[in-house]
Order: sequence, then C-alpha cells, then structure tokens
Amino acid sequence: MAITEDEARKVAHLARIAVNDADLPALAQELNGILHFMEQLNEVDVDGVEPMTGVEPMRLKRREDVVTDGEMQDLILKNAPDAREGFFAVPKVVE
Amino acid sequence: MSDLNKLTIAGARDALAKGETSAVELTEACISAIDASGALNAFVHGTPDMARQMAAAADQRIKAGNAQPMTGIPVGVKDLFCVKNVPSQSASRILDGFLPQYESTVTQNLWDQGAVMLGKLNQDEFGMGSSTENSVYGATVNPWKLGDGVARTAGGSSGGSAAAVAADLCLGATATDTGGSIRQPAAFTGTVGLRPTYGRVSRWGVIAYASSLDQAGPITKTVRDAAIMLGAMASVDAKDSTSAERPVPDYEAALTGDIRGKKIGIPKEYRIEGLSDEIDGLWSRTAEMLKDAGAEIVDISLPHAKYALPAYYVIAPAEASSNLARYDGVRYGRRAKLGAGDGVVEMYEKTRAEGFGPEVRRRVMIGTYVLSAGFYDAYYNRARRVRALIKRDFDQAYASGIDAILAPTTPSSAFALGSADSSNPVEMYLNDVFTVTLNLAGLPGISVPVSLDQQGLPLGMQLIGRPWEEGELLNFAQVLENASGFVAKPTRWW
Repeated sequence: MAITEDEARKVAHLARIAVNDADLPALAQELNGILHFMEQLNEVDVDGVEPMTGVEPMRLKRREDVVTDGEMQDLILKNAPDAREGFFAVPKVVE
Repeated sequence: MSDLNKLTIAGARDALAKGETSAVELTEACISAIDASGALNAFVHGTPDMARQMAAAADQRIKAGNAQPMTGIPVGVKDLFCVKNVPSQSASRILDGFLPQYESTVTQNLWDQGAVMLGKLNQDEFGMGSSTENSVYGATVNPWKLGDGVARTAGGSSGGSAAAVAADLCLGATATDTGGSIRQPAAFTGTVGLRPTYGRVSRWGVIAYASSLDQAGPITKTVRDAAIMLGAMASVDAKDSTSAERPVPDYEAALTGDIRGKKIGIPKEYRIEGLSDEIDGLWSRTAEMLKDAGAEIVDISLPHAKYALPAYYVIAPAEASSNLARYDGVRYGRRAKLGAGDGVVEMYEKTRAEGFGPEVRRRVMIGTYVLSAGFYDAYYNRARRVRALIKRDFDQAYASGIDAILAPTTPSSAFALGSADSSNPVEMYLNDVFTVTLNLAGLPGISVPVSLDQQGLPLGMQLIGRPWEEGELLNFAQVLENASGFVAKPTRWW
C-alpha cells in the first residue's frame, strides 16, 4: 500500500494538522517509508491470536458512582488561551 | 564536605543522617552546578527558590527525626511530569505557558518523602525521539566529550535526565520509558536507568505519549540509588486505572548480592545482523561476570522479538494520535494567531501545525492513518496480535525457569548530534531495537553502565526482569555493576 499526495492531504486533515500543498509530496514519501517498515508484520502468522489490549489481565478498577471532585472552574480555565465569563472561548462555528 | 553534588543518593542520605551535611548545603551545591551547566542544556526550567524552601523544610524534618530515604535529596524532574505552577510542557511548543494546577502522583510521592525539586529537564517532544533533538528547548548535549570535540547526544527521550545525573547536576532524576527512553539515555551517559513493570508507577499527571507503554522510573548514578528512588516513586494510585494493586516492597533490601543458582537467559534473536564485535564481546564478558557470581547462563529464544520495532511503530503512534487530540488550542497551551474569517477547524489545524514539531506531526499522522477506516485491521489490529505473541515469548521463557534476560541496551555508544538523516525517520527508530521489546510485554528492565568503548564513551548492558520483580532485577544489576567495576565519569568541559 502506498500513500498518494491526496491521501496524505486526507490524513493531515483527519489529524487536524495544516500542511501546505507544496509539502505534501515529501510528507507522502515519509509516511510511505514508515509504512513500508511496518509491512514486516505481514510475515507473522497471527491466525487465532487475539489482539492484546493490556499487559496484565486485570479488571478495570471500579468505584462508587459518586462525585469526588469539582468546584474548581477557576483552576480549569486558568490555562485557557481565551476564557470569558466562565467559558472557553473559540472562533465562531458555522456549519 | 566538598562537591556535595557528586554524592550518590545513598551517600547523601547517610551523610544527612549523621549530620555531616544539610539538605540546604546539598541543594546549594546542585544549584551552583546547574547554573554553570548551560552548555549541556539539560535543565530547562530551574526552580531554585522552590528548592531552597524544600531543602530548609527537609532539614527541619531530619532534625525532628522524621526522615525518609529521599528526605533532603535534590532531584531533577523530566519536563513531562506535571508539577503544580511550574512550567510543564513535555518539550512542546504547543504547551507554551502551561502551568499545571495539579501535581503528578510521582512528584507528589517524592515531595511527600521530602525530596527537593531542582527544576525541569529536557526531553524529546512528548517522549518521541531517541536523541533529545526533537525539543522546543533545543538539544541536550552529552557531558561525555572526546578529544574530537564532537557534541554527542545524551540519548532520548529522557536525555536531559541522563545528562543531568551524569554531570552531577542532581543526585537522581525522574524519567519515562515508552520504547527505551530511560534505558538508552542511561547507556549513552554512563548512568543507571530503570524502567519498572507497567503499572508499578502511577501515570497520573504524566503527560501521555502512548498510554499502554508509558512507564516512569528513575535515572541515577548507582543501582542502589535506583532502588531507593523507585521505592519513593512507586505507589498504588486510585487516580490511575492501570496502577497495579500491589504493595511496594523495600527494593534496597533486595540487594543481597546473592544470585547463586539463578538462570540468566541470552536471547539469540538479539544477536542482530551487523552487531559490532565490541558490543558482542561485552555481552559475553558480562554474561561471564554473572556466571562467576553463581548464575547459570542459558540460551533462549524470543522468536517474535524482531517484529517488536515495527509493532511498536504502529501501536505507539496510534495511541499518540488519540492522546494528542487534546491539544486543540482551547483548554491549555498555545493557540495559533488566526486570520479574519478563520473558524474552529482552522484554529485546530493551524494551532497543531505550528505547535507540534516535525516528528510529533509525523507520528500523529501515522497513528491517524493506521486507525482510519479500512486500515485499522491491516495495521493496528495486526500489530496488537503480534504484540500478544511477543509477550507470549517472554511468558514462555520465564515459565521455563529463566529469572532474567541479559542483552545490550543499544547497538552503539552515543552518536553525534545532527547525524541523523531527517528524511529517513526509520533510521532513528532502529536505536530502540533492543529496548522496545519489553515495553510491548510490559516488563521491567534496567540499563547498567559496564564499560567504555574503544573511543572512550560509555556502554550499557540491559537486564530484563520478570513482571513485578524489580527487586530481584536490581539485585542482578548490582552484581553486574560491582563485577564490571565501572566508575568512569565525564571530564568536565562545560
């Protein structure tokens, strides 16, 4: 499988990373080099092997469904590039 | 006492207990060393005021008779650990100006023991790299310099931590290891680097790279120091759902020096094509040292080890693309300057394009690709199946009675900064060939400095332990440390 310039553009958009058209050929080439390296995995017989999800078989921890945290709006907004009136502010969203 | 910054953690602890020095004096010695270390670019955010306050409090605590092993010990912290109100940006431009309003569990554990915070240490951006060149702060320079004057890498991603410990800027440093990021820098700088079993140390407040692989551990001057520092960093933590419900043992007590009758495995698949005679010879000599101490050396096979690197470079970017989706210019860090009419999508795309460095952009995009519809099974699920086979290889070796595995940490000593071909990222990935396997299996591993190469640069050997047996692993490592007699230090040029 090889990534074309168009596919590189699509991946960049899915990843929400702006890439100039002029940089797409080099990007496609880099991504292809990495994918080519990954293709060694096709040599392995993985029939009947379950994909690994965690390193230790352990049940995800559970706790009482109660509020344990909160009431810290100031702290949460403190690092925002643009916070107004208790909200995160973003440019206008027009669909 | 002079040169207090050159003490080991164990040495400083004992001197503090006897009243031969104070935490304030130790801390001042480290602050002076840091102030004179600009050429190394290891410390990137100093916190001298905080250090002085913490040292004074530690001295009070020692006087009151409440000291713990790390009380009054000055340490450095890898940038990606969140420390409250101290810049913590994982060496990324996208987290410019970010001041965490909470504390990582690892650093909280250290401060609870009375350790002293000297500052934040350089690294590759989000842990992605093997040379600490992918950093918004610029590269860290290895304190080991030869007559050729060439500036070499301190390894990565925890290059700042390794360089700072090697140069005696701090007594120990926190680090993280996703694919080798503790062990490879330790090997390149003549220091000890321990990556614990996945789940031993909490990931809460550690800026994430690949959550199923990331694990924090110490970089120190000696194996004993690694035992002391791991004991302080590790804990059972309700804030991390993958933190193991296992009590933290006394690792220092495990350093008995007795390894008689233990079985050390030598994996034949690590004898890769092109392995230098020098590394191969060192491997045999160190196996001989463990044998002389009473261990049995056994040839073993890990048939899927050669697929660890490609599997890693599918799984880690996939997890990174998901973890790094949070950097959107809305909640923290930096937002790009927007043009008139730019909407929210332009805000995301511009912010991430200028906030992430080239390697991070590359891995996020690769991760996005392998997780995208139509490729998820071919790449991501296949890699996770291969990962299961890699883990099974280790399970079988340990089930057959092997106690630890011995292998080189790196294929070479530290390479020159700027020597990597930026158009061929895979070349840099090959640095992780010996380290990455155990991350996929979740196992503990340690790099111990054992020798200088022909040029005079340090080389490390790696021991891989059974899950949760860091104590036994440290015991093997200390036997190797003592037998090799490695004591070399870099000559100061900075």
